[in-house]
Amino acid sequence: MTAPRTLYDKIWDAHLVHEAEDGTSLLYIDRHLVHEVTSPQAFEGLRMAGRKVRAPEKTIAVPDHNVPTTDDRETGISNEESRIQVEALDRNARETGIHYYPVNDVRQGIVHIIGPEQGWTLPGMTIVCGDSHTATHGAFGALAHGIGTSEVEHVLATQTLIQKKSRNMKVEITGQLRPGVTAKDITLSVIGKTGTAGGTGHVIEYCGEAIRALSMEGRMTVCNMAIEGGARAGLIAPDETTFEYVRGRPHAPKGAQWEAAMEWWKTLYSDDDAHWDKVVTIAGEDIAPVVTWGTSPEDVLPIDGVVPDPASFSGGKVAAAKRSLEYMGLTPGTRLQDIAIDTVFIGSCTNGRIEDLRAAAAVMRGRKVKEGLRAMVVPGSGLVREQAEAEGLADVFRSAGFEWRRAGCSMCLAMNPDQLSPGERCAATSNRNFEGRQGRGGRTHLMSPAMAAAAAITGRLTDVREFLDPTGARTEAA
Amino acid sequence: MEKFTQLTGIAAPLPMMNVDTDMIIPKQFLKTIRREGLGRNLFDEMRYEDDGKENPDFVLNRPAYREAKILVSGENFGCGSSREHAPWALLDFGIRCVIAPSYADIFYNNCFKNGILPIVLPQEDVDKLMEDAERGANATVTVDLEKQEITGPDGGSIHFDIDPFRKHCLLNGLDDIGLTLERAATIDTFEAEAAQARPWV
Repeated sequence: MTAPRTLYDKIWDAHLVHEAEDGTSLLYIDRHLVHEVTSPQAFEGLRMAGRKVRAPEKTIAVPDHNVPTTDDRETGISNEESRIQVEALDRNARETGIHYYPVNDVRQGIVHIIGPEQGWTLPGMTIVCGDSHTATHGAFGALAHGIGTSEVEHVLATQTLIQKKSRNMKVEITGQLRPGVTAKDITLSVIGKTGTAGGTGHVIEYCGEAIRALSMEGRMTVCNMAIEGGARAGLIAPDETTFEYVRGRPHAPKGAQWEAAMEWWKTLYSDDDAHWDKVVTIAGEDIAPVVTWGTSPEDVLPIDGVVPDPASFSGGKVAAAKRSLEYMGLTPGTRLQDIAIDTVFIGSCTNGRIEDLRAAAAVMRGRKVKEGLRAMVVPGSGLVREQAEAEGLADVFRSAGFEWRRAGCSMCLAMNPDQLSPGERCAATSNRNFEGRQGRGGRTHLMSPAMAAAAAITGRLTDVREFLDPTGARTEAA
Repeated sequence: MEKFTQLTGIAAPLPMMNVDTDMIIPKQFLKTIRREGLGRNLFDEMRYEDDGKENPDFVLNRPAYREAKILVSGENFGCGSSREHAPWALLDFGIRCVIAPSYADIFYNNCFKNGILPIVLPQEDVDKLMEDAERGANATVTVDLEKQEITGPDGGSIHFDIDPFRKHCLLNGLDDIGLTLERAATIDTFEAEAAQARPWV
């Protein structure tokens, strides 16, 4: 009988090509996702060394970080450096024969949204990408993490990655979420509790009743931010919800292969007696709708809180909090709900999926963006955009005063023209509130799509429960 | 990759925790398709004013630290994105060694791929080196990778730990891809077996 193993252990074991005595391991990679920003130097490195892409059929590329999200983008990218980078990906994809979704393909979108959407992402796989939010794919019970450009080159050349095994961390969310609380509130609350280095050296498996109850979209939101908690990857064991999502996707197995895959996928869970190096448990009922107040994703508070006093922290965090508040232009003791915003951004690989747009539209329907605010919705992929248009969500956003954009990373990291100006304050559904992240001097408050919609209506950070009745149903606009 | 054996140079103090990759190299500089040339924009938002002039208070702009080769900083250094532009920018500026109590995983990995040595030390040792670094040009520090030893300006030395494989690669400037390709046959075998076991992949 083999020793009890975690889900991470099982996926690791199934992909271990070689292990040296000191534990340095060679791990086989099933899917390699590629985008325009972190790959040009890797392809160039291959060319210089006269090496080939070992498994083009397992490599999928899409431009997402740099691409404009305005309707006129098909006429070309005006920023020269961005254009050169996207053209380099076009050329590299064509020359190496990898799968490719160019800007004008309706399937184009944020790499972490289209992987699952097209069925490239499957349970039990190893998936890497030169992007830290690769953790997203862990929602399917796939071991997925971000890598640097040298490692991108390594995977292109060898279809393997040199790794040392991480430790196992369990994050359990028990019970049920209260009305108005979403997957984003779960993942932010976990980081608020464990800190941005709480997961360092670990792979996190999220489990518990509240996680099981999430849709695939919600699970992707949770795993997406495992990296903000410092973890190498986040995982959720696959179940019927997962299989139902995967079934019938363009690159998902069909027929007998589906049956064979299911047989293995159903063994992908952590054994009862598996060893955990670290365990964190949070009651779902204790999680409130949250926002961030500072410049680290761990600066999380329930929306009914107040801006904290830096002196209430200890160690290096005192100076860090002081610097954060200065940058954010906030004073201790201010009610979070009194903080006025300038901009609302709904989108990103964290919250740019159809369910996110539905949640925001449910709050917005029949209501208007407060006058003077800039508000935009950037769907995570061309297909999400199409679906949202078919469901009437695009009309809800447009008539409320939102800009309705094309797919891309957009203002999450502001490499394209969608940026904040110095001092501009944004309610954002993205994943990082670092200094300058959304534009030099820009001030970011992270939150769920429903909370961002509520902020768009009032023009300040807002408790979405103001727009919900006690059952969580939407209250009608006056 | 350039070998890392022994490094003697000025250590610059950056006493902050959670120095993130957006601070190290902001996204507008990720549009390059080259590895070189990023040093000018290392710590861009802290290093330059809004009008593009140097911020004279930022450590790397102070005369004593303009030639710094070592950076001493706080916990969780390099958190955030996977951008290898962060170590490229450090390297291009001339920094080949970072000393901090802890690092984000991806940044830590990326350093080794570029001949940069990220040293992990207990907070009290980092505090001591931070004090030394505050003394500027007089604070020359020597890092000896073979001996795993840092020698401060007062002659006192601090031992550091490092993974033996990573140490070996740094000392010899080894190319990971070359090493892995020596196992091409093992990869072939694994791939064939995996295709049998999981044909849907």
